[in-house]
Amino acid sequence: MSRNQRALVRILVTTVLLAVLVAVTHLISLPWYWEAIAYLAVYLLIGFDIVGEAVGGIGRGQVFDENFLMVLATIGAFGTGEYPEAVAVMLLYQIGELFQRYAVGKSRGSISELMNLRPDTARLLADGQELEVLPEEVEVGQIILVKPGERVPLDGVVVRGESALDTAALTGESMPRPCGPGDEILSGVISTSGVLEIRVEKVFYDSTVSKILDMVENASGKKARAEKFITRFAKYYTPIVVCLAVVLAVVPPLFDGQWVLWIQKALNFLVVSCPCALVISVPLSFFGGIGAASKKGILVKGGSYLEQLAKADIFVFDKTGTLTKGSFEVTQVLPESGREEILRTAAIAERGSLHPIAQSVLRAAGDPGEEGWSLTEEAGRGVRAEKAGHVILAGNSRLMEEAGISVPVPDALGTVVYVAWDGAYLGCIVIADALKEDSIAAIEGLKALGAATVMLTGDNEAVAAAVAKQVGVTQYAAGLLPGDKVQKVEELLQKKEKGSVLAFVGDGINDAPVLMRADVGVAMGGIGSDAAIEAADVVLMHDRLSALPVAKEIASKTMKIVRQNIVFALGIKLLVLALTPFGLVSIWLAIFADVGVAMLAILNAMRAGRV
Amino acid sequence: MKKVYRLQDLDCANCAAKMERAIAKIDGVQSVTVSFMAQKLTLECEEARLAEILEKVKACIAKVEPDTKLLGA
Repeated sequence: MSRNQRALVRILVTTVLLAVLVAVTHLISLPWYWEAIAYLAVYLLIGFDIVGEAVGGIGRGQVFDENFLMVLATIGAFGTGEYPEAVAVMLLYQIGELFQRYAVGKSRGSISELMNLRPDTARLLADGQELEVLPEEVEVGQIILVKPGERVPLDGVVVRGESALDTAALTGESMPRPCGPGDEILSGVISTSGVLEIRVEKVFYDSTVSKILDMVENASGKKARAEKFITRFAKYYTPIVVCLAVVLAVVPPLFDGQWVLWIQKALNFLVVSCPCALVISVPLSFFGGIGAASKKGILVKGGSYLEQLAKADIFVFDKTGTLTKGSFEVTQVLPESGREEILRTAAIAERGSLHPIAQSVLRAAGDPGEEGWSLTEEAGRGVRAEKAGHVILAGNSRLMEEAGISVPVPDALGTVVYVAWDGAYLGCIVIADALKEDSIAAIEGLKALGAATVMLTGDNEAVAAAVAKQVGVTQYAAGLLPGDKVQKVEELLQKKEKGSVLAFVGDGINDAPVLMRADVGVAMGGIGSDAAIEAADVVLMHDRLSALPVAKEIASKTMKIVRQNIVFALGIKLLVLALTPFGLVSIWLAIFADVGVAMLAILNAMRAGRV
Repeated sequence: MKKVYRLQDLDCANCAAKMERAIAKIDGVQSVTVSFMAQKLTLECEEARLAEILEKVKACIAKVEPDTKLLGA
């Protein structure tokens, strides 16, 4: 039997015995000492461990130990003739403890289940033989085998086989991703369909799984302000309530002589003197919130960052690689009707060039360009291709001007490549750093949550203005050198109002200093970059910005639950304390204020873990 | 220097808070967090005095909750 099962049996037996005892003493009147002995026996059945701990606690000088206070309260109840009440207080206290252990265990379980990424073994392929070894033993360069349904144990590159990857555990993404030879593969993903042979690129301790586990396990290292407040409060709460109990038990009876009555009132104080409900429910809420976020592929490094994220009302974005894809792409071909011919012609001229612009044209054309043309580069203008008397020109407007070809100026942003065939203008190709698919939705989502959005970029004013308008950010700063970004963030930090929180969102490449400087640093696609994981407070495991509003909502929900718990638990306890001297509180109500409130607060806290 | 230890059988949240306060007062301890949920103790202290400080940490833990054991990370 597990510890919780044993406790449950003890609680059930005690409940039955208590009910029988109450019934019996109602029906027949026993001599008081028999009654007392019977109740005492049941009391010891349910409370012997608490009594033992209380005695031990005093031995160690822990006077305000909750076990001790609980024993004092129940003994007091015995002393004043409230036998059933004494047993019931202990019984309910034990129920509360059991419930708390169960809730905490469940919450811990859900995190470790989520983080059940740690592979037990790796299938090492050596000399054509398959060996099961510990992932820690595999070295870089060795080949491992992953069968369908298995988790990839180490980061590497696929050398043979094809499969669909389930990356849900890492990224929260439910769509399987195809992979084949040459593709990088991260530990923690599950191969769903085929057998893969993978060349290991990182030892276990540097692998993605290890890094994520490490981060989540240490997530609770940084405590939130709400949590610190509660533990500080707990430090003073118990001693104050106990002292008040003593005063209540001693002072009024000196005047009216009603010792029993006042001692009973003082016992109520002892029953509610434990701040447990608060102390447990606040970290439990944060733990739940962190768990909920990681289910969505959002790693939060601690409760304090969840707290900050909930408050964050200025989101500063790096443009390239964060709002945009960070790679050049053909965004438009004008006129659209001539798309294929224009791209094919341009591809002939761009053939073989490694320039990013040429590369994006070749990608869009989907063809490496016809061979046999003699290509001449016209520095700073473009390329001229000739074959059998035909001439292709592909380049900027100056190239066209020099050839006496008049071209329209397209109303588009980005780099424009004009294409001409034998002196006649064919059309143009617009190449730009395209927005990520969900950038606009993410910015909209954040604005709907009341946040201001700022874009920082090294690009020129015109590009910045156009992208800012397209994506919908409220503010932007253009022409920034990498070092200027820190300065700009400093400036924004100084300008912001008190209580306002600034979050910086970057792709983790070269922006570690800014990530550190911001109130909350969010790195995205961060599992690739060690520096980002180190510097950031929140890591989005996938590349999608739409996780940001989700993260903020989870954070806000968690904070709401934390606040509810603090107000509710504190409110009820203070109410009981305030009403007790006037004789308005029975010991039953005091028990509710302690155990019942703790249970409700814990149940409420567990909502934070639900997504 | 920062070190993380696992705490076995840390059973009550308030005890975790008490331990944290007691350990923070030990001479040579720069910062300490006791996480009840994660059952972990994160200690920052002078490396040279680690052994001596660790003994005091263990004493603090035993005083609050004798069942709790400090395990290496």
